[in-house]
Amino acid sequence: MADRGARLLVADDNKVNRLLLTRTLELQGHRVSSAENGRVALAMLRAERFDLLLLDMEMPELDGFQVLEQLVADAELKDLPVLVTSSLEGVAHVVRCIELGADDYLPKPVNPVLLRARIDSSLEKKRLRDQQKELVRRFATSEVAQDLQQSGFALGGRRVDATVMFSDIRGFTSLVESQSPEETIELLNTYYTLMFDAINGQGGVVNQMIGDGLMAIFGAPLPLDGHAHQAVRAALDMVEMMALFNAERSAAGKPAIRIGIGIATGEVVAGYTGTQARATYTCIGDTVNLAARLEAHTKDAQRDILIDAATAAALPADLGRDVLGAVVFKGKSAATEVFAVVLPR
Amino acid sequence: MDTAQIDAQTFDDLQANAGAEFVVELVDTFGEEAPLLVNELREALAAASAERFRRAAHSLKSNCSTFGATRLAALARALETDGLPAGPDGIDVLAAELPPTLAALQALARR
Repeated sequence: MADRGARLLVADDNKVNRLLLTRTLELQGHRVSSAENGRVALAMLRAERFDLLLLDMEMPELDGFQVLEQLVADAELKDLPVLVTSSLEGVAHVVRCIELGADDYLPKPVNPVLLRARIDSSLEKKRLRDQQKELVRRFATSEVAQDLQQSGFALGGRRVDATVMFSDIRGFTSLVESQSPEETIELLNTYYTLMFDAINGQGGVVNQMIGDGLMAIFGAPLPLDGHAHQAVRAALDMVEMMALFNAERSAAGKPAIRIGIGIATGEVVAGYTGTQARATYTCIGDTVNLAARLEAHTKDAQRDILIDAATAAALPADLGRDVLGAVVFKGKSAATEVFAVVLPR
Repeated sequence: MDTAQIDAQTFDDLQANAGAEFVVELVDTFGEEAPLLVNELREALAAASAERFRRAAHSLKSNCSTFGATRLAALARALETDGLPAGPDGIDVLAAELPPTLAALQALARR
């Protein structure tokens, strides 16, 4: 655990204490900086990344309690582990430190053995917390992770106006049968990388990946101005990326990949569904179903990007689209106006 | 009244934990800082600032404890807890104790 040491900041107005604590910690394998008061400590914490702060509670100018308050209020610093050192007597002070976010309290004079144990413990806790955040980010988009961190997790949804996009690879099944599993996974990974790039680049959030199928939302969980237009721009980017990808593939003697994209705009119910133990962020509603139907229809229509009337209405006039007319989709009684986006030459 | 001037165990532990060479430097630093803290006590008294006075006494006490300078630490603790004194007598007593304490620490450090 002490192979590379951590980046520590010691804040204490007393020079002898500062030097001794720094020395003790360096001997334990850490890289240590020091600050002589709370103001300097905060400036250093904001300028550079530290793994842990050792904070004396009785410093002039900004005292230890005030430093703790400022740390808690700072989005970047609220998760910084803090060990407070003090010879302040009384349980009340200790309790107040912990309430203000301190991880642990070390009485002065600081015992080196206890110091090492408490630091290692705090650093380990931080490492686990960081690992956890990384995991959430890996399996949810950063927007969902942010939403989770800010609002906490609760099953349930809300109605929002959003644009939903479905996309998949045409003829994927026969493609799978014609190549090795490794090639299939590699193809999928490349496809996802390109599609994520295009979608995130226009403010969208990839919500689900099922096989070669992909669902993205524009306008949830975080609102997005002009979400319909952004979604269509993302779709055009996706088609363009596939064209470049196909140029590489044909150069390698591999068949081209065609994708179909369906986009619909309207009200969706967005939120966390599932159970308390296992849930996913998703959108449901007519708009979602329509986007899926439009995507499936791309095969029959022989067009890459199909959109509904609501999406078409939200586009600038110079974004070309062809009227394909009304189509009756399975499960709907009324016919739906379908438009195809014109691809740039 | 016979508190040993320096607690040998504390000083030995300090040398063992931080290294003898480092402790020489640390004692020298204390030699520079301690008179400044005594000055701070006098100025705090002149300014009638109880908080400044307490903080300076506290710092002195803390440093003395680090080195095991028990007699000096006791004097500083008394100043810390008794609050702003009427006159400078307490400070003078502490100030008088400082040079022999420092000398003892220097001797121990360089032993």
